[in-house]
Amino acid sequence: MTTLAPPAVRGQEPTRSRGGRSGSVLVWMVLPAFVMFVFFGIVPLLGVVLLSFATWNGITPTIQLTGLTSWKAALTNPGLVNALWVTFLIMALSWLVQTPLSILLGTFMARQSRYRGFLAVFYFIPLLLSSAAIAITYKSLLDPNFGLGAGLGIEALNQDWLGQANLAIATLIFVVSWQFIPFHSLIYQGAVRQIPQSMYEAAQIDGAGRVRQFLNITLPQLKYTIITSSTLMVVGSLTFFDLIWVLTAGGPGDATRALAVQMYQLGFQASLMGPASAIAVILVLVGIGLSLLLRRLGGRADESQMEGV
Amino acid sequence: MTLSAGAAAGAALAACGNDGPGGSESGGGGSASYWSLSGEPGEPYRQASIDRFNKANPDSKITPTFFQNDAYKAKIKTALGANQAPTLIWGWGGGGLKSYVEAGQVEDLTSLFGDATLKGKLLPGSFGAATVDGKIYAMPVETVQPIVLYYNKKIFDQVGVSAPQTYGDILDLVPKFNAKGIAPFSLAGQSRWTNMMWLEFMLDRNAGSEVFDNVFAGKAGSWSDPAVLDMLTKVQDLVKMNAFQKGFASTAADTNADQALLYTGKAAMMVHGSWSYGIQKAQGGKFVPDGGLGWMNFPPIDGGKGDPSNTVGNPGQYLSISSKATAADKETAKKFFSTTLVDDEEKAGWVKSGGVPVLANSDSLYTGDDAQFQKDMSAIAAGAKTFAQSWDQALSPTAAEVLLDNIAKLFQLQVTPQQWVDNMNGVIGK
Repeated sequence: MTTLAPPAVRGQEPTRSRGGRSGSVLVWMVLPAFVMFVFFGIVPLLGVVLLSFATWNGITPTIQLTGLTSWKAALTNPGLVNALWVTFLIMALSWLVQTPLSILLGTFMARQSRYRGFLAVFYFIPLLLSSAAIAITYKSLLDPNFGLGAGLGIEALNQDWLGQANLAIATLIFVVSWQFIPFHSLIYQGAVRQIPQSMYEAAQIDGAGRVRQFLNITLPQLKYTIITSSTLMVVGSLTFFDLIWVLTAGGPGDATRALAVQMYQLGFQASLMGPASAIAVILVLVGIGLSLLLRRLGGRADESQMEGV
Repeated sequence: MTLSAGAAAGAALAACGNDGPGGSESGGGGSASYWSLSGEPGEPYRQASIDRFNKANPDSKITPTFFQNDAYKAKIKTALGANQAPTLIWGWGGGGLKSYVEAGQVEDLTSLFGDATLKGKLLPGSFGAATVDGKIYAMPVETVQPIVLYYNKKIFDQVGVSAPQTYGDILDLVPKFNAKGIAPFSLAGQSRWTNMMWLEFMLDRNAGSEVFDNVFAGKAGSWSDPAVLDMLTKVQDLVKMNAFQKGFASTAADTNADQALLYTGKAAMMVHGSWSYGIQKAQGGKFVPDGGLGWMNFPPIDGGKGDPSNTVGNPGQYLSISSKATAADKETAKKFFSTTLVDDEEKAGWVKSGGVPVLANSDSLYTGDDAQFQKDMSAIAAGAKTFAQSWDQALSPTAAEVLLDNIAKLFQLQVTPQQWVDNMNGVIGK
């Protein structure tokens, strides 16, 4: 959402005299958020980094700092490769499914239409629900013995959705998409409305059809929005835990055991807080790395599109 | 170099509620908090004993909070680590209790049970899982829970077969039920400890109790017994012949979906703990009262070395007292232990729940509708040459997690029996 970038004030001489006062007001306004961020963001993060160099079972009153022992244990854990693979698989598949659908839906909803009011209410319901509630609902609906398929007697719906490795991944992607496509189409809807109408009028005069207009005007104009939305999707997919935990608990076997699930199982079930923290640090690093990479791919994504800025 | 875990975690959690040991606010008596499991059949009787105690002791107060099984196991560990544990810690004894003891989190209760009248009110066999290095750290409470083989008598009559006497009979029954579109066995595979109950019996009947005794004692390479490979192969054969319901890997025990399969007749048999009787009675409508439920000890396996009288499961449930609780709260907890938890109403309550109380001399109470089940469970528990504690409770949390992980993969055919043995030998004694 590059349009939200604050207008730059470079070279604006008259503002300089007021700079000091508004600057100090700004500091006071930022302070509460900053304190919260330090207390609930930075401090726990440092704690996790520290824990990753320690050995702790989670219940002893003292924590032993043991250097790289926990890192070695985390990195040599036979489950790590699988967890990385599952994490990237979920990330890639959920991006591939969500992005095209969100763009199409966003574009569709941006147009003047009498169905839009209805859609706006009906379609955004998933956004209001918590992941755990969504997971419980789908788990019940998909149950091969008591679910929708068995209840309605529809054989095609009556698959072992969450009990077979490939199906479980596919189901997970479906539920993730069901939950988040509304949010991303909302972003795209806003972005499409920002595209100057004159561009479409010019294209119409040149005889371009709807598909051509979409491919040659809408898509290129959405470039920065795609990068923003993709960053949210990709980094967000690293944190999927509640949905996976309630739906499959990482199963069947370890087919849906993403890094976050692996971290939870090591820390809270196997009482290995050190290696679990090491995985948490890996997750943070992967998240930062991917965000930076996406910014690079998008060129100067932070450059404002607003005219004259 | 060490640092205090309580400093960081405790500070962050200090503002989060008053369930912890520091939550005492009343003047004279203590106000113990108590965490335990929710749901049928246990929760109403846990609540009843607390209500009874609170009524009899107006100046002390016990406040319970109930959690689902799997959620509770994680929650209690986190609370202990953050010094926010409840006064009364409910558990399964064994390896989990041992880790609490090593962390100095639970009170030594040896002197409380030095009183022979109190100790004498409980079944002697139940103290093993409460004892660490010769000292008692938990009070055995509630019920003795052997794991048994349940079957749906109506389904057996409908298909025209009789209850299995041997493992060979089970193998014969599987295709017969499958042919009728009925799952031979119900299994909540997502919860993993449910699959483990199968392995416990399969190992015991194949190889006897020695293999697991060696694992428990930390003897290197204990899983390498050829009988283990044979047993694991048999388990995978069961999976391959569709002995378990469709989608068993995604069925979770917390919602009792596995129980529902049995009492709704979608599955013919189920290996489960004795607590399952109470759940089926509470949720299965007329199924249990109409005599639909059958049960037996797990049958012998042809050519196996194990004594068919052996059983596995929980020799009791266990209540510990947090060492971090205030003196007044500890006194309240101890009074609860020595009065309410051993009184006649407590005994009658657990009998009513359909269970076998861990309190001694209960046999005369088995008179109602559940008498036959209770007599049978009591006989299995008393007659077992070996009553092995559930593996995930007997082992340390670290070893138990690897065990449950590998068991889930075994049932998913993701590991071969040999890989399973190698993986498990790798964590013996950890």
